[in-house]
Amino acid sequence: MNHNNTMDSSSEGNSGMEQRLWDYIDGLSQTDEKELIGKLLKEDMAWKSKYEELIKVQDWLQQADTEQPSLRFTKNVMEEIARTQINPAAHHYINNRIIWGIGFFFIAMMVGILIYGFGQMISSPGEASSVSKSIGKLDFSKFFNNNLVNALMMINVVIGLFLLDNYLTNKRKQFRKEA
Amino acid sequence: MMTGYTDNEIISFVLNGNQGAYAQLVDRYQNYVFTLVLRLVKSREDAEELAQDAFVKAFKYLKDFRGDSKFSTWLYTIVNNTCITFLRKKRLEVQSLDNEQVFSRADNLDSGMRSDAVEHKSKQAMVNEAIKMLSPDDAMVITLFYKAEQSLEETAAVLGIEVNAAKVRLHRARARLKEKMISFYPEEIKELN
Repeated sequence: MNHNNTMDSSSEGNSGMEQRLWDYIDGLSQTDEKELIGKLLKEDMAWKSKYEELIKVQDWLQQADTEQPSLRFTKNVMEEIARTQINPAAHHYINNRIIWGIGFFFIAMMVGILIYGFGQMISSPGEASSVSKSIGKLDFSKFFNNNLVNALMMINVVIGLFLLDNYLTNKRKQFRKEA
Repeated sequence: MMTGYTDNEIISFVLNGNQGAYAQLVDRYQNYVFTLVLRLVKSREDAEELAQDAFVKAFKYLKDFRGDSKFSTWLYTIVNNTCITFLRKKRLEVQSLDNEQVFSRADNLDSGMRSDAVEHKSKQAMVNEAIKMLSPDDAMVITLFYKAEQSLEETAAVLGIEVNAAKVRLHRARARLKEKMISFYPEEIKELN
């Protein structure tokens, strides 16, 4: 930190000064910054008066009150809890191996496709090649044929209908509950 | 009574079958939780319901609390998420009261406070009113940091943001609070100058 610059409070932007003072008040300043601000507060009236202003704001903030819920609050929560069971910890039913397995499967698929694609792009010896020509040679029809794409689309449509049904059922339940 | 126990001790009692011990945690944090919810949701009825929901959720998922943060930080994260979900669902119009109409709104507040009677209010009530005038984000960060005894790192964790972003948000919120105080309580603020 350039001490010559920082000591010159007149060139310091007001918001910069305020931010540094707030860090100082919150105890977030580094040791050297803390010492520097301590010195500025002793020597520079502008810093001192800003500091006093912020300390007042700090006092207000500490005086802010918390709100109180109704007197029955704890009772209501405990009544609700009596009908509730503690769920098992998430790490008991989320198996990390399965998540890693799914991740590995997708990464393997992407790597496989890339290798297959690069394999096709490599031209035979003696043949003049360019990137555009090589890309033109790529042919994934062996894997992504019409049947596969259609099957994937059908699966998506079924999942979509299933989710829509779930959404509408929940809406209907919510509506009945409110009525 | 279980007043002398730490949060973690109470949690282990609850997890070992003493469900009633949870009431101690509810008593301990209900004001903070309710205040946080009220910063995001302006209606007291909704706030009470959401605060209850948050406590019930915390109970339900208590086994997921690993103890690597304070219980309060974990609980406030649930509170924050519960409120955000509620606001999204209800598509409530969350107004920051950051406009010219703020005076007429202040006049209509349930507290019965009138703008011309502001000068008679205590400093504490004044600050509370000024915090209510802030946007929910600003009010939340100030409440977490000053009232809910959360450090900057914990505040960032509750809000799901980086520590630096929390720091910037806190600076901004304090500056806005100061502006509100100066605009709406000029007489009381004179002592600052």
